[in-house]
Amino acid sequence: MSRSAVLILGAGSDMARALAHKYASAGHDIQLAARQVQRLAADQADIELRHGVVVSLHEFEALDLGSHPGFVQGLPSLPGIAICLVGLMGQQAESQTDMQKATLVMRSNFEGPACILGLLANAFEQRGHGILVGIASVAGLRARASNYVYGASKAGFVAFLSGLRNRLARGPVHVVTVLPGFVNTKMTEGMALPRRLLAQPADVAEAVSRATQKRRDVVFVKPIWRLIMAIICALPERVFKKTSL
Amino acid sequence: MSILSGWGQYPRLQAHLRKPQSSEALCALAQNSGPAIARGNGRAYGDSAINSRCTIDMRALNRFLQFCPDSGQLVAEAGVLLGDIIATFLPRGWFLHVTPGTKFVTLGGAVAADVHGKNHHKEGGFGAYVDWLDLLNHSGQILRCSRSENPQLFQHTLGGMGLTGVICRVALRLRPVSSGWIVQKRQVARDIGQAIALFEQAQDATYSVAWIDCLQRGAAMGRSLLMLGEHATPADLPPKARATPFAPPKRWHLHMPITPPSWVLNRATVRAFNALYYWQGARGPGHSLVDWDSYFYPLDAILGWNKIYGRRGFAQFQCVIPLAQAEAGLRSLLAAISAAGAGSFLAVLKRLGAQESPLSFPMAGYTLALDFPVTAKTLALMQQLDTITCHYGGRIYLAKDSRISREMFHQTEPRAALFTRYRQASGAAGAWTSAQSERLGL
Repeated sequence: MSRSAVLILGAGSDMARALAHKYASAGHDIQLAARQVQRLAADQADIELRHGVVVSLHEFEALDLGSHPGFVQGLPSLPGIAICLVGLMGQQAESQTDMQKATLVMRSNFEGPACILGLLANAFEQRGHGILVGIASVAGLRARASNYVYGASKAGFVAFLSGLRNRLARGPVHVVTVLPGFVNTKMTEGMALPRRLLAQPADVAEAVSRATQKRRDVVFVKPIWRLIMAIICALPERVFKKTSL
Repeated sequence: MSILSGWGQYPRLQAHLRKPQSSEALCALAQNSGPAIARGNGRAYGDSAINSRCTIDMRALNRFLQFCPDSGQLVAEAGVLLGDIIATFLPRGWFLHVTPGTKFVTLGGAVAADVHGKNHHKEGGFGAYVDWLDLLNHSGQILRCSRSENPQLFQHTLGGMGLTGVICRVALRLRPVSSGWIVQKRQVARDIGQAIALFEQAQDATYSVAWIDCLQRGAAMGRSLLMLGEHATPADLPPKARATPFAPPKRWHLHMPITPPSWVLNRATVRAFNALYYWQGARGPGHSLVDWDSYFYPLDAILGWNKIYGRRGFAQFQCVIPLAQAEAGLRSLLAAISAAGAGSFLAVLKRLGAQESPLSFPMAGYTLALDFPVTAKTLALMQQLDTITCHYGGRIYLAKDSRISREMFHQTEPRAALFTRYRQASGAAGAWTSAQSERLGL
């Protein structure tokens, strides 16, 4: 018998692909949800051939909140685990001057992900089980000059997940917050990043899979980030405001 | 810019490396890059998959697209590793028809080099099992190529070293097998003449290969251990293993943790290793059951073994001598190698079958492959080996080459001029070049 399905929201990314393979290799059917989802047909075939599970494709527009209930209704089955990777880094310089672009970053990192996970949380609660995973960012723990629009919206998402977890803690539904640091993906291609701090998409998949097995609350993909962020968060504001991180 | 090299870590060249994540990104890249070359997992030994202006890393395009369990035809993107194919399809009873000595090569790389395996004498090269391929050409189109559709382009792409375009997708026929095991029969040859005689007697064996001690001189010159193999049926397996004939072999993987100084490998250590290996092989049991991983990929167990030759890297010399001249040619090669005292652990002798193709390496005859740490002395020796190869009408293997001269290459390869003419006429010449093709004028 196959295990419960895993829904991956924002399935077009490198991290999403690694996650899909990870869960499929453990025997879970996979539901891939993304914009223009037909571009993932090759991934669908690949995952099915490698792991012998059923993979379905679902058109999903995170920013079209009105479409969310219909999207959930349209899934072949309510998944056992839902992982949200929807997000947008944007360019900080643009986000400072172009409010439309800033709003797009805010909505992509906070509004869309929070709404769909909130909806799924209610469905999971009604059914009596399920795990929700939000891929946030260490940038959401303390926003800094170089990407505070992105950081602030991720902070909103972190806070939302925390509250949702608190609300559901006495019941069977669990919420995991994942805080990756730098990950080697299309988003970070070409950036000069310190190698010791850089995780691979497969590392994220491994960390998420372990977190859902052990029902962890908040996980950092590379443990060193816990230390780094503890230090950064402990800096008094009058010191922090003068740093350039 | 990054520093790229092949598996031999020689030469090391500066290059712009791009890694497209989708077919669309690949097409866009190829159209805007100027001359470029595709690169798989970097297992060609020399400079075949390096272009300083634009090297296209194909490893993100590694999806399986389709598999037909009736015909055994697999359609996959070119960046898939052969090891991935085995891991996925061996448990369902399918193996590769042809495999080189490492499973860490990509499908596209295997097609571009038209690699051969231990069964070439009987079953031909990798390209023989390619039903069709999709090739990105110089004008940004993806063309389906097969024996009936664009047949010229298809034939020039098998063994064409990526110089006709970028191989994007391949339809490969797999081989049905009933276990993951090989029944191996070992034979001892006291010298090169006996080794050839044993190979000729073993024409019906599916797999045959010999390890050859290239430091021996005189009467024992070319003493070898010949290994013949057949796919095992469940009846060949011990009773306990019959229920799970495809169970993955238990194998340790070692990492080469450091790069040892290059003096570690010298005449004395190699001679001692060879003697030990020969006597252990000559005394051991003649028949054995070997798992697929140890049989086909013994060196894959030592990840990063290419570091053993030290920082300066190494070069592999691999030539083939046509059948009629094989014994004389091999004797001449072995005499030069043992006189120089520059033998290697990994000298391999193999019978190849006949093959007609525009640039693929194999021809009916014997192929000899050995590694040398790169020094002025070994480079000079390899030039001498080139001359001997040329004298006996042989040729060298481009997937292993990092150093042959342009003049010598063209003397050994009368096909090169035709291949170049085809490239110029089809427009590929301006779009696809590698450091190797520029070095060789190909």
